[in-house]
Amino acid sequence: MTDTVLASEPIFSTSTRPESLTELIWRRFRRHRLALLAAILLLLMVTLVLAAPLSRYSPTDQNPRNDFAPPSAEHWFGTDELGRDVFTRILYGGRISLAVGIFSTLFSLAIGIVIGALSGYYGGWIDNILMRITDTFLILPVVFVLILFSALLREMPALAEFRNSVWLVIVAISVFAWMLPARLARGLFLVLREKEFVSASRALGASDARLIFLRILPNSIGPLLVTATLEMAYAIITESGLSYLGFGIQPPTPSWGNILESAQIHVYRAPWLAIFPGLMIFITVMAINFIGDGLRDAFDPYVIHTEK
Amino acid sequence: MTTYILRRALQALPILFLLSVFLFGVVRLMPGGPLAQAERNPNVSPEQLAALRVRLGLDQPLPIQYVKWIKAFVLEGDWGYSIKFRRPVAEMIWERVPATLILFGAGFIVMLLFAIPIGVYSAIKPYSFFDNLITTFSFAGQSVPVYWMGLVLIVIFYLNVQLFPAGGMYTIGREGEVLDLLWHLVLPITAMSFSWIAWYSRFLRSSMRDTLNEDYIRTARAKGLSARMVHFRHALRNALLPLVTLIALDLPTVFGGAVFIEAIFAWPGMGRLFWDAAKGRDYPILLAVMMIYAALTLLFNLIADIVYGFLDPRIRYD
Repeated sequence: MTDTVLASEPIFSTSTRPESLTELIWRRFRRHRLALLAAILLLLMVTLVLAAPLSRYSPTDQNPRNDFAPPSAEHWFGTDELGRDVFTRILYGGRISLAVGIFSTLFSLAIGIVIGALSGYYGGWIDNILMRITDTFLILPVVFVLILFSALLREMPALAEFRNSVWLVIVAISVFAWMLPARLARGLFLVLREKEFVSASRALGASDARLIFLRILPNSIGPLLVTATLEMAYAIITESGLSYLGFGIQPPTPSWGNILESAQIHVYRAPWLAIFPGLMIFITVMAINFIGDGLRDAFDPYVIHTEK
Repeated sequence: MTTYILRRALQALPILFLLSVFLFGVVRLMPGGPLAQAERNPNVSPEQLAALRVRLGLDQPLPIQYVKWIKAFVLEGDWGYSIKFRRPVAEMIWERVPATLILFGAGFIVMLLFAIPIGVYSAIKPYSFFDNLITTFSFAGQSVPVYWMGLVLIVIFYLNVQLFPAGGMYTIGREGEVLDLLWHLVLPITAMSFSWIAWYSRFLRSSMRDTLNEDYIRTARAKGLSARMVHFRHALRNALLPLVTLIALDLPTVFGGAVFIEAIFAWPGMGRLFWDAAKGRDYPILLAVMMIYAALTLLFNLIADIVYGFLDPRIRYD
């Protein structure tokens, strides 16, 4: 009699299907109010940026008679020195800035995971060499190196075709941003390669590649996701910074950074030109950081949220 | 201890070597190399160009060029000539060192003055109103781009309130006056240290909270020491330790941030020199500045490791 009562009233879950990891993480992530809010904000930002062509104005059409118009119902963020609608330009710039953030994160994480995995999984001299290279990259003054590279690569005849390409910036940022993911992945692989499930898989005859990518990597997804948010925040700030100094995305392609750059000469006449693009960077990066914080808590089994 | 320092210094050598090869390769393997400027100049004849190539040793194999370059760079302090200004790079950099040192030094002091009290207070009263406020602030501080922060400060405090100057180190005619210098430092330092304060106070908070859970803190409390004594004499001194390593590791980011600050506020430091040189494709200057910053980072990491040993007697190096 008592048995049937227990079976019909499960204590932990109302469904008979066990909760998947994604569901668990999502449930835990939702409890972090700020992170959830940030995720919604970021989603909204992405939607807005994708909907840029719906704007009444073009990002490039000039209207010199209406230059430096302050923010109004007509032009939400005002107009710039050539009479272009700043709101529209910021939407188009956001496409570039967010794309640079996303792709740089993917590339730098890919490089970092491969190097960290090789290092942590094989150890020995491979680990030694790869970590010395990582140490060398870590002491490089990254902003300086990126400026130098950006200047250099644009002068190479072989790359003339890509001179103003966004990919050039993405690759440059990624090549100097993989070190922290690499160190993290190395640490995770060092620990996980000793676990029973890896030994079991190995005993069944799994190849190294299979163990690395299908056994160990999926089990390190939590910390790597958190790092991905850090990398993305970093990539967006770096892209804007480089463009701001004139070594990133080149006009006429708008990005938040180069909109800010062209705004600063006019900052005395039209301060709003400098306020809005930076505000977008700020909000986006902050949202990403909050999402990262939420993910960190969601993946950390020691964090127990109390419902308020 | 001496053995440890020596061993640690030796470990740094391969990194420095890799780094110098990397930097050397970058500049020498580019099309045109150091002669790019001269090649484009129609007034330079092919014979002059060939003579220049021989004079600069560019006709020799790369490894020999590297050895010559590194020998001149390290042993003779010969960092080459600026392409644009035809002046020794070393001289141009030395002129810029004081301005950058003042900026970093002042920024660092301001950072410590704010980060330490904020971090300690948040750790002593976790999840209080103040702590929650600081948490929000620290997220903002870590997310705000330093260049935008600088522009916003200029808009507010120069354009609207006209309280502080928007750029430069001195008012013309008042060069060398300390008060005038401090006046000019306010905005750059505020922009620069904002994110540092956010970042390090956060770090100190967690470090301090870990320390406050230690047994020796309980002992200190149990023997009846005042809260102030426990927090500042016993806890803070230990909580500050990891900060030493962290700051050393963060140096490349800090140096990088200075480029933006010096660019926005027209601060005549090394970062500004680098930026101007990059715009003019003045590669010898770029190479030298990068090499200096990388070497400094390596050196400070080494110093941090050693200092750590002095500060924390539990660590033995032999």
